[in-house]
Amino acid sequence: MSAPLIEMRGITKSFGAVKANEAVDLSVAPGEILGLLGENGAGKTTLMNVLFGAYAPDAGDILVEGKPVAIRNSADALAAGIGMVHQHFHLAPRLTVLENLLIGIPGKSGRIDRAGGLARLAEIGRQHGLSLDPNLPVSALSVGEQQRLEIMKALFRGAKLLILDEPTAVLAPSEVDGLFAALRSMAGQGLGIIFISHKLNEVRALTHRCVVLRHGKVAGRVDDPANTTSAAMAELMCGHEIVPPTKAASAPGASVLTLDRISTAGHAGTPLRDVSLFVRSGEILGIAGVSGNGQRALADVISGMLPPRAGTMTITGKTVTQFAPRELQALGLGRIPEDRMTTGLVTNLPLADSMVLPRIGTKAFSRKGLLNPAAIRAFAEEQIKAYDIRCPGPMVRAGALSGGNLQKALLARELAFDPKVLIVSQPTRGLDIGAARFIHEKFLAMRAKGCGIIVIGEDLEELLMLSDRIAVMYEGRIAGTLSGAEATVAKLGLMMTGAGHTEKAA
Amino acid sequence: MTAVFEQIFQVGFLAAIIRIATPLAFATLGEMFSERAGVLNLGIEGIILLSAMTGFTAASLSGSLWLGVLVAVLTGMLMGAVHALFTVALGLSQHVCGIGVTLFSSGLAYFLYRLIFGQQSVPPSIKGFKPVAIPLLSDIPILGPAVFSQFTLVYLAIIAVPLAAFVLYRTPWGLSVRMVGENPRAADSAGVSVIATRFQAVILGGALMGLAGAFLTMAQFNAFTFGVVSGRGWVAIALVVFGRWDPWRSAGAALLFAFVDALQLRMQASGLGHIPYEAFLMLPFIFTIVAMAFMSRNAVAPSALLKPFRREER
Repeated sequence: MSAPLIEMRGITKSFGAVKANEAVDLSVAPGEILGLLGENGAGKTTLMNVLFGAYAPDAGDILVEGKPVAIRNSADALAAGIGMVHQHFHLAPRLTVLENLLIGIPGKSGRIDRAGGLARLAEIGRQHGLSLDPNLPVSALSVGEQQRLEIMKALFRGAKLLILDEPTAVLAPSEVDGLFAALRSMAGQGLGIIFISHKLNEVRALTHRCVVLRHGKVAGRVDDPANTTSAAMAELMCGHEIVPPTKAASAPGASVLTLDRISTAGHAGTPLRDVSLFVRSGEILGIAGVSGNGQRALADVISGMLPPRAGTMTITGKTVTQFAPRELQALGLGRIPEDRMTTGLVTNLPLADSMVLPRIGTKAFSRKGLLNPAAIRAFAEEQIKAYDIRCPGPMVRAGALSGGNLQKALLARELAFDPKVLIVSQPTRGLDIGAARFIHEKFLAMRAKGCGIIVIGEDLEELLMLSDRIAVMYEGRIAGTLSGAEATVAKLGLMMTGAGHTEKAA
Repeated sequence: MTAVFEQIFQVGFLAAIIRIATPLAFATLGEMFSERAGVLNLGIEGIILLSAMTGFTAASLSGSLWLGVLVAVLTGMLMGAVHALFTVALGLSQHVCGIGVTLFSSGLAYFLYRLIFGQQSVPPSIKGFKPVAIPLLSDIPILGPAVFSQFTLVYLAIIAVPLAAFVLYRTPWGLSVRMVGENPRAADSAGVSVIATRFQAVILGGALMGLAGAFLTMAQFNAFTFGVVSGRGWVAIALVVFGRWDPWRSAGAALLFAFVDALQLRMQASGLGHIPYEAFLMLPFIFTIVAMAFMSRNAVAPSALLKPFRREER
């Protein structure tokens, strides 16, 4: 194999007291797909941001084709032939595809070089089979198309090394196949690719070699990912063996949450139509369905943010008259929302504030209308310890935490108050194995304590593993409910497409 | 009633609209460039006033009107750079800094004016720009005398609109401006300096605001008074929203406002004397508020407007 395209030596980078990277070595050869594995917060994204010039490393060298280079900003990185597709796309939604491609490209005689851009675009299409309508505004593109545009942007600038930060997290399974085909073709033409992920099956299917990070350091290297077991890689990532959680036999008690013929009016997404369901104490009810079939409305009704137009809801035997989050909470409802960043917590405030926000007016955290900062801080510190939330402390800005740690914080804040009913949406989206396992264990522990849990999710494997019963939503209705024993991916998949729905309605 | 209408709609009326619209067009385009790059410049009112003063002073002392215009433009650029220093380089609140720039610039303008000219019962005046008729074009009936027999600065404003549109939509720099106003992180990752682009846009905006000031004291009033700007800067901020951050629409908004303003001036002068003149004076502003309420509902501001850019923030 030829000399490495990129080599990073002894990279160290700290954020305040947190060492995000410590003495990391890594190299990529032309035509090689390197997997960069690690749990959330292990330092993958930081390392790549150092390579792309977004952060300056505290120590260490970067070599491009054997020559040391100083990458102070993304312009330097681009000049060195390094392109990056960020997890959160760097596109301007109101500008067109072509404008997003041409940004930062010098024009021709003072004008934007449209013709040159279109020619280059056609060339990329021929070479790698990637194409998009250049005149569409980015806001009209699907997520998969926006990602394609990001890759095209890197190629447009002549990238020799392409960094993809968790590219599959936002894609549907069919889109993942297309992405992998494109990446293999690019590697075949001599591009180096760094593929960041924590999905082991993807890494095993795609990459030639892997580097595993843990707590900012290289925990191990895998030279033959295709023939290495997921369990072995997971162990490298987490530092310990991963055992699937044991689930005790179910012993459901009385119903703790009942929805009776609930319908909702206009709502972002599909409204609910005549939805009836129940959860008993000590039971986990999974809600499956293709996203956009009323799951959002269901979660909003149950958490009290959307009053239904018709129907009744009962929590722990009491009929809900006032649909407001605080009332439902008082009845024993806990809620973990789908979008951690917007409805979960306040990213610009200290973590401790977000952790007590739903109960800020209660005696535990305030007295006579004044906040009790000591109690708030103590509560947050206690939970940070109990849930192993990795952060510099309770007063850190909540937005600075990684996804897995945020989810732990949200879980901690709800579970600390022993909810009788818990409603969670997409509990492990974007989380790595270790964090997901932690969340699952907590759910099962709550179930054993007699809490009734509703898990709304798209990951069928996860629902099958957790649930005692699974209800499938289709076009705002419950298309059917299966017991955990009879449910399979195939049966659920069929119900999710609406098959059997007419039978039910008849 | 017909007599009133006849009195209002003459050739002179059209010419008045163009004259009133000129400083507004400069100011609106200036504010637009700044906001497209993501920087609200509430310093506009003060920047126009200070430029009007420095330009007038330079013209009055040197006798050269064009030197006055140059000084006004440089003043606008300098104050734009000051605003950018606080809001772009230091990332401070754009609202607070903008108001600060307006207060500082206004105070400085009054202070320097008193220092240089002292207190006089009749404010000193200069011989301002004379209208320049463009051959052939000025012979067109109605349009000729109204549009093509104007001050050179008016023609400059007319040229500035398509030029601004060209720069914004057709040049790499204009694309960078739009990109840093929409998603600075995207511009940064494409190797565009967000800080430099924003500085340039705010300074260009300041230059255009300077031209607005120069027009007021060297073409329209030929003197500097403390009320010479009288809210035109604030109006320009509304017109940018009304014009949806687009050069053509912004210029159209300026014309529309000028139309209402010219109309109320004529109405004051016409036979409607039993209505207090203050009522007419309010008309353009009421129009602005109503127009804003109805027309700007679905106007979408640049996504990164008001948001400072810092690179190492996670």
